[in-house]
Amino acid sequence: MNEEIDPRSDEDFKTRIRRLRGHDAGSSGVAESGEVLVARRSGLALAGRIGTEMIAALGVGIGIGIFMDRWLDTKPWLMIVFTLLGSMAGFLSIYRLANGFKYGAGYRRGSGQVSGQESDKGDTSGLDAEKD
Amino acid sequence: MAEAHNPLEQFEITPWIPIRIGDLDVSFTNSSAFMIIAILAASAMMVLSVRKRALVPGRWQLLAELSYGFIAKMLSDTVGKEGKPYFPFVFTLFIFVLFGNILGMIPYSFTYTSHLAVTFAMAAFIFIAITVIAIAKHRMKFFSFFLPPGVPIAMAPLLIPIEIISYLSRPVSLSVRLFANMMAGHTLLKVLAGFVIPLGIFGVIPVAGLVAVTALEFLIAFLQAYIFTILTCIYISDAVHLH
Repeated sequence: MNEEIDPRSDEDFKTRIRRLRGHDAGSSGVAESGEVLVARRSGLALAGRIGTEMIAALGVGIGIGIFMDRWLDTKPWLMIVFTLLGSMAGFLSIYRLANGFKYGAGYRRGSGQVSGQESDKGDTSGLDAEKD
Repeated sequence: MAEAHNPLEQFEITPWIPIRIGDLDVSFTNSSAFMIIAILAASAMMVLSVRKRALVPGRWQLLAELSYGFIAKMLSDTVGKEGKPYFPFVFTLFIFVLFGNILGMIPYSFTYTSHLAVTFAMAAFIFIAITVIAIAKHRMKFFSFFLPPGVPIAMAPLLIPIEIISYLSRPVSLSVRLFANMMAGHTLLKVLAGFVIPLGIFGVIPVAGLVAVTALEFLIAFLQAYIFTILTCIYISDAVHLH
């Protein structure tokens, strides 16, 4: 095994590694294949995320509303307001998600670019629309 | 359907060693047993496989090194250099969730990640820890997180509550996603399995479906562990860099 590689120079070794890394990415190795797998199935992940994101924001909104109603004794009103706010928050996170923010929940940056695509584009267009 | 197999029966928590402290039930349950099994299995895999420290890794060492490299790369991609101190936590989290999901695929085992109590406890801990880190790092600047720059001040009364709700919904969506995926998958498997015998010869159809869904479940077990971890990385990144 070793005989056929050792006469090569250091430079050559590095390029070999790079070539093999690039080559290996699709075919074998837990880490690489996992990533490729996730990238391929990101549609599935995205679909699952949209549902939970919406429900979670709405649920948190309603929860805050009910809690504050009980606290301030304003029975139905705050719950109604926070249900609306919660659904807005839900739509906002879905909007961000769909706009190339991928997994980033914060503003401005499409942080956590899993496959690092169109981060800047989604970023600015998202912000512009937010200003309107 | 005489011996009715409830598809939700598999999620039942049964105390193995009942322990009570005052009014608190801290029994050692099947859930805790499988958490310990997961920890032991993960530790064994990581410790035993790298014990030889071979220059050319064998299968197990390769597995350990690849999983290490996978998380290290994920963390450096999302957080950057500042993410280094969080690596042990993120790696532990990934392995714990992954082993919980994968162990659940073994017949007769228990999936602790299919319980909201478990996933929410993890998500709430992550959420609180990250909020504390962000406040410690940025002090009052942290609260600017809730008002995006460049927004007209008139929008602030509407946007700040929305931002706060969206921030507070992070642990909820993080935990619900993992729990719902695991629970739905395992229930679906059980329901499909329930069709096999009553359908007689046509039972091959649900069996084929069962094989496919089992494969899908392995994918989801990995995918959900990955999503849980990468979202944690992103939340850490938000806490470290703000915006």
